[in-house]
Order: sequence, then C-alpha cells, then structure tokens
Amino acid sequence: MFYREAGQFRTSYAQDAQILPLRQDRWGMAALLLAAFVIVPYVANDYWLSAILIPWLILSLVALGQNILMGYAGQLSLGSAGFMAAGAFACYNLILRVDGIPFIVAVLLSGVCAALIGIVFGLPSLRIRGLYLAVATLASQFFIVWALDKFGWFKNYDPSGVITAQQIVIFGHPFTSPQEKYWVVLVIVAVLALAAKNMARGSTGRAWMAVRDMDVAAEVMGLSLLRTKLLAFAISSFYCGVGGALFAFAYLQTVEPSAFNIDLSFRILFMIIIGGIGTIVGSFLGAGFILLMPVFLNVLFHGVFGQAVDATIISAFEQVIFGAMIIMFLIFEPLGLARLWQLTKERLRLWPFGN
Amino acid sequence: MIAPVQTPRRAFAIGAPILQLDSISLRFGGVQALTNVSFNVLEHEVRAIIGPNGAGKSSMLNVINGVYVPQEGAISFGGEQLKGMTPTRAAHLGIARTFQNIALFRGMSVLDNIMAGRTLRSRASFLEVALQLPRARREETENREAAEEIIEFLEIEHIRKTPVARLPYGLQKRVELGRALAAEPKVLLLDEPMAGMNIEEKQDMCRFILDVNDHYGTTVVLIEHDMGVVMDLSDRVVVLDYGKKIGDGTPDEVRSNQRVIDAYLGVAH
Amino acid sequence: MLDLLFFIEVLVGGLLAGIMYSLVALGFVLIYKASGVFNFAQGAMVFFAVLSFVGFMELGLPFWAALPVTVGLMVLVGMATERFVLRPLVNQNENTLLMATIGLAFVIEGTAQAAWGVEVRRLDLGVRDEPIGWLMDEVGILISQLDIAAGVVAGIMVAALALLFSRTKVGRGLRAVADDHAAALSIGIPLKHIWMLVWATAGIVALVAGMLWGARSGVQFALIGVALKALPVLIIGGFTSVPGVIVAGLIVGAIEKTTEVYIGPYFGGGIEGWSPYMLAVLFLMYRAEGLFGEKIIRRV
Repeated sequence: MFYREAGQFRTSYAQDAQILPLRQDRWGMAALLLAAFVIVPYVANDYWLSAILIPWLILSLVALGQNILMGYAGQLSLGSAGFMAAGAFACYNLILRVDGIPFIVAVLLSGVCAALIGIVFGLPSLRIRGLYLAVATLASQFFIVWALDKFGWFKNYDPSGVITAQQIVIFGHPFTSPQEKYWVVLVIVAVLALAAKNMARGSTGRAWMAVRDMDVAAEVMGLSLLRTKLLAFAISSFYCGVGGALFAFAYLQTVEPSAFNIDLSFRILFMIIIGGIGTIVGSFLGAGFILLMPVFLNVLFHGVFGQAVDATIISAFEQVIFGAMIIMFLIFEPLGLARLWQLTKERLRLWPFGN
Repeated sequence: MIAPVQTPRRAFAIGAPILQLDSISLRFGGVQALTNVSFNVLEHEVRAIIGPNGAGKSSMLNVINGVYVPQEGAISFGGEQLKGMTPTRAAHLGIARTFQNIALFRGMSVLDNIMAGRTLRSRASFLEVALQLPRARREETENREAAEEIIEFLEIEHIRKTPVARLPYGLQKRVELGRALAAEPKVLLLDEPMAGMNIEEKQDMCRFILDVNDHYGTTVVLIEHDMGVVMDLSDRVVVLDYGKKIGDGTPDEVRSNQRVIDAYLGVAH
Repeated sequence: MLDLLFFIEVLVGGLLAGIMYSLVALGFVLIYKASGVFNFAQGAMVFFAVLSFVGFMELGLPFWAALPVTVGLMVLVGMATERFVLRPLVNQNENTLLMATIGLAFVIEGTAQAAWGVEVRRLDLGVRDEPIGWLMDEVGILISQLDIAAGVVAGIMVAALALLFSRTKVGRGLRAVADDHAAALSIGIPLKHIWMLVWATAGIVALVAGMLWGARSGVQFALIGVALKALPVLIIGGFTSVPGVIVAGLIVGAIEKTTEVYIGPYFGGGIEGWSPYMLAVLFLMYRAEGLFGEKIIRRV
C-alpha cells in the first residue's frame, strides 16, 4: 500500500518519459544517492571502500558498457578487458606526457582512445554477427594486451613491465584516501550511468534495438547500420576505457597489461548475464554478485572446513558455481537479477494484497 | 462488398507519375523473378499489384525499395532517374513499407516501434540524447506527439506500452503500418497488409489505408490477394504472372482482361 | 639452401600443429552439425578428457582400460550437457546457447581442477617428441616423431568422420537433425540416439586431441587456450564442414608458425597469440561463411 501509483497523474509527455515516474521511486533514488554520497564514505571502513565498493562501481561501469553493446545493440563481445587496458594505459600516458592535464580530462580522453580502437575492431560487425563477431572481439582482446606488453613506450620503458598510476589530482587537490577515491569514482560512474540510461531510452537506444532486432527493417526506415553499430562499439569501448583508467588509478595502482586478460572479459560477461542483459540496473547487480561471490565462498569454505581447504580448490569450486549459475539464470531467468528486482517491485505495488 | 464506398471527391487529386519503373528484370542465380516489367505509379493514387503466388510481387516491392538490385531496368522517383536504390536512400526519398512476414522490432513496445519510425526526423546526436540537451528533449516530445497521433488514428491506444511480441497477428500488422506512417512518407509500400486477417480486421485495415490516402495524400502501392479488397480500394492495378506484367489498368479493365482470367484460373501457359 | 630447409621445417611444423587444431575444431563441428549449438565448452572437454585419462592411470588403471573408461565418462558428460543445458534452452536464440556453453566450460574446467588437482602431468604415448633420425641426418630438417604420429592419427580420424557423415545412414540422420529438429523428429529419426552418438563421438575426438596435445606439451590448464585457437580454424573453414576444418587448420597452423618465426622477432615475439584471430577477422570481412561453410540466405 505504500508503493502505489494511485493519485499520481502524468499530464505531459515529458512527464511520462521521466526515468522515475513514480514518486516512491524518486524518493527511493534520492535516499540511495544520499546514502552513496554522504553516508557511506563516513560509515564504511577503508577495506570496504577500497576492496569492495570501488571495484564494484568500476566494474559496474564496464559491465554497463558491455551491456550497451550486447544488450541494446545485440553485438556479442568478449573483449571488454582489452578496452579497459587501452583506457588504463592511455590515461597513464596522457598524464605522464601532457603537462598539467586535468585528471577528469585525461580520463575522458582515455575513454575516447578506447572508443576509437573499439570502432576499428567493430568494423567487422557490419558483415558478421553472433559467434563470428565474438571471435573478432577475441582478436581485439589478445592484440591490445600483446601490443601494450611488447611496445615499451606504453609503459614508459619501465623494465619491470609494470606501471604505477600517478596520484589523482583534481583542481590542485590530491585525492588519495579511500574516501576521496570513492567519491571520484562515484561521481564519474553516476554521471556516465545517467548518460547511458538517457541514451538507452531515447532515440539512440531505439536505433540500437531496431538494428538488433531486424536490421533489414531498420535500414528500410532510414537507419544507417554502419553508424548505429559503430556508435554502439564506440560508446561501449568508451565506458570500458574509462572503467579501465579508474581501475588503474583508483583501485590497483600498479598495473601490468596482463591484468586485463581474457579471464576478466569472461567475468564481465558473467556480470551482464547474471545481472540482466540490456538493463542498466543489471550491470550494477551483476557486478556486485560476481565480486561478492568469491568473498562469500571463502567465508563459507573456511567456516565449514576450517583452514584445511586449498586455495586452488576454492577457486575451482568458484568456477563451477559461476558456470552453474550462468546456466541456471539462462534457463530460469534469462533477464537476470534485474528482472527479479522488477518482479519484486511489482509485488510491492500490490502489497499487502496478493495478486 | 467489404470496404465502404469511396467518397466521390478526393481531397488529393491524382497527379503525375511519382514512381516510374522501366524494364525491370531481376534474377536470383538461375531463377528469373522479374522479366522486363514496366509500370508507373501516379501521385496520390492507390495502386495494387496482384498476381498468383510466386508471380514476383514481393520482389517488385523489394526492388522499388532498394532491398533487391535489379540486373536490368531503371527506377525514377519524382521524375528523376535514380542510379541505384538502397533501402536507406528509399527512406530518405520518402518511401516507407511494411513486410509480408511482419518485421517489427520484437524487443520493443508498440510506442517504441512507432517512434523508431521517426528516425529520419530526429536530428539530435547521441551526445545530446545522453546529456538530455534541449534539442533532444524537444525532439523526443515531438516524436511522441506524432506517434500518439498515429496511435489514435489506428485505434491502438490501449496497447501502446505492450511489447509487440505479445500482440496477436492482426494488431502486429496494424502496428507495422503505424511504424511506416511515422516516417510521414510520400509513398507507402504495403506487402499483403491484410494477410491472415478476419473480416472485421480487414474492414478496419481498408478503412485505415483509405484514410491515409485521403487524409494525408500518401500514395499507396499494395500487394493483396483478396480481390474484393483490391477492386474496392485501388485506383489502378498491375497484374504480374511468372515475373511478367500481364495487365495494367483500372480494376474493371483488369477484371475483364482475358490473360488475367487465364492466369488466375490456371490455364496452361 | 639452408634457408629453404629451415622454411620447410617451420612450415611442416606449422602444418602439423595445424592438424592438431583441426582435431580440436572437429569436436566443435560435430556438435554444431548435429545440434546447431556452438559448444564453447569443447576446449574444457578436451582438457577434462585427457586429465581424467591420466588421472585414471594414476589411480592404477592400465592404458587400455583407462581409455574406454574415459570415453564412457565423456559420453556421460555429453548426455548430462544435453539433458541439463541444451534441452531446457532448446528454443532460445544462438547467443543464449553460446553463453550457456560458456557457463558449461567453466563448470567443466572447475570440476576437472577440483577433481584432479592442478599439477602439470606428463603423458607418454610411446612415441617420443624427438626429431626423426634420418630426416635430421640426411636432409637437415627437424620434424618431431610425435608430430608426425599426431598428424597421422588426426588425419585418420578426420577421414573416418567425413565418411561417416556423407556415406552412412547415421550420418544422414545427423545432418537432418542439424538442419531442422522438428522436421527430423517428424520423419522418425531417433533424436536422442543421434545426440548420444554425436556427443560420444565428440568426446572421443576430444580425448584423442587432448592426448596428442598433452603428450606434446604436458597436461595442463593452458590446454584450454588451445581450444580458443580452434575458433579461427572454425571461422576460416566454416562451422559445418569437416574437410573445411582440416584445410583451415593447416592454414592457421602454417601462418601462425611462419609469421611467428619470420616476423615475430621484429616485435619481440608473441605474435602467435593473436595472428590466427586477425586472420579470422580478415576472412570474416570477405567470406563470412568460411571456405567451405554454407551461405546463409535470409528471406525478407
């Protein structure tokens, strides 16, 4: 009875087109944002911020990028980690070589770099689809990581093969503590997530879905398949690139190209599948799930078996469970956690009445 | 018979040829789909293409639209001969169409499908949409208004937010018509718009097509099997058989054409 | 003279590696031909098969006993896959099925590691990975005995399977099933039996491929990376063609090795990590269905 839309009228198309048309949803979102921006930084301890919340936000951003490509544009991609790497190293090099470049500008430019590379590797999508495209994206994954590794220039010829991300400095103020880094990441992710939502609901998203569902009809309507698909690749890679830059600067600090391997690409794929393909909310839910599952398993195993369990066995079980969950989600709830969340909200609308 | 009698005075008088097809021949490997077909379509008229199954009617529509490229022949639009037609070009010229097997965007709602039809009217770039800049918001509202007008016209208000995959066949066809209309086309190509419909649905569809032609002046080219519909709706008819044109004229002329009668009754060629 | 010999050596080495890729790719083709599903987990199955085989031998089974036991195990895995993964998803689109098999790959990999552990194991097939004596002495080319043996085995398997598909009743049934399940059922083809047969064959192919690779480079997790290499082979050869996969494997192997040896040093090596994929992409741009695959025509 609290979550109802009775009495809330929308009297203009603009109102109907809002992201959160229900007043209760707006309150909920306001509360969430309040918690995220104000409460969490003061309440959460450093471990939670650095090891859980920051990577969660960053990986959600990357998952969002992948979701745009896979969910809205229907193009399969297994190369997200490669674009993250591109973004990370682009940001490092920009800050290194361009004196006084503002951090935010560097991050955005790294996204653009990744986007340009994404367009190049997205060109095959004009002629191929599905699995074939997935293999083409594997090409991008392997090639980018190899190139970053082999050409020492990217790493500033550091003999150790590892780069150390510089300090984050915005308007002269260094952001070094976990809280400060959390804020930077939170703001960037929130803005980009909003932008993604706007695109998905607007003419851009409709164009992507049209090309995904029935490209002949889309062409007949005047959509350029080339531009629509490449735009999807560009934007998706942009998000992955920004995510990669944040990954290096706000999370890992010391980075080598092989950290962005195919394994990471698969994990991001799993985030989308479990979270819900083609949804913004799903990216966040899926990322949280994949990130927390190992922690949860660790606790479970050590609780049940004590210290006797080998780390490799745990990671093997983790793999089995991930794989099994993927399959189960695909069978039972292909729309992922996001759909479960939606169903919950619909139940709430009728509560306390049953059906 | 089925459709209401046409009003004697038209809002848009039939004018000059808007579409001209000359000697179109189309081959797929060893199959000759169309042979030397020529006809024109006059502005503001309702032109039907009829013929037995496999006569090449859909292929003809696909050629007009640029989906197939004929090996021989030329297409002129608005008096201007075109060097090669592509679907995108056709869209820009103001040609919209529906498909025989319904090509709706299954992942989207009715409203979204129709709004998608407004693609060419949306100038805002993705960046403007992402940041919800004024032009993007204005266009979104304009597109919504235009889509709602079509929704009202086609009497589908009650299902505007329904995912199209869940709709019955007849309604899907109506939505597809709506999507084509959203582009405010000069020429509307309809590929069997009434296939699989019952009498009531056919009556409604006839009414919509006539209204579109009367109210907006849209030139309509339609493929149809129901002879009653064809006779009542169209101003002129083209008859195809085995990829060749065997009749061209008003419904009455075509109805009494011996070759046409033979083709339909299956007299040995 | 010396350069030419070296080139032949590299080329032959590449061709033989290519045959191995073909063998792995063959498993994919079988399953794809019979069920229309691209089984991303094929690599994991190769790994699981050979790891189990070695594991059984460690547990005390002799070579010739471990072989059928492992084959039986693979058949079980295949049937479980069909029952629990493919059947529930029978009407979904290809992307969904692909992702399901990715999940399956993880399940199989994880199970293999959990069951048999992570140490690298050696596999001795009785043929040594040493250069053929007289070739080395007389002509000066180094070609491994093991590679030749692998090539011969792979060649035999491929020929046998090609014959199976084109000449026998079973093969025809398989092709019918691949084309259209419902239609195949309606003319009385026993779907379940066909699928069992297919998965059993794919399992055997996986085991053989795994054994050959394992004898060469040790039975280790990196084997799964080999399976990823089979993807370019499939793309170039076409997903549905057995001869295509052979030819494509040869091409991929040859190009991979020769570019690595001749061009690699300019870049510090490692080109072979991505050159097959790039090759596949180029192929995709110009001939999307592969050398021998079927052109897909869509009617509007």
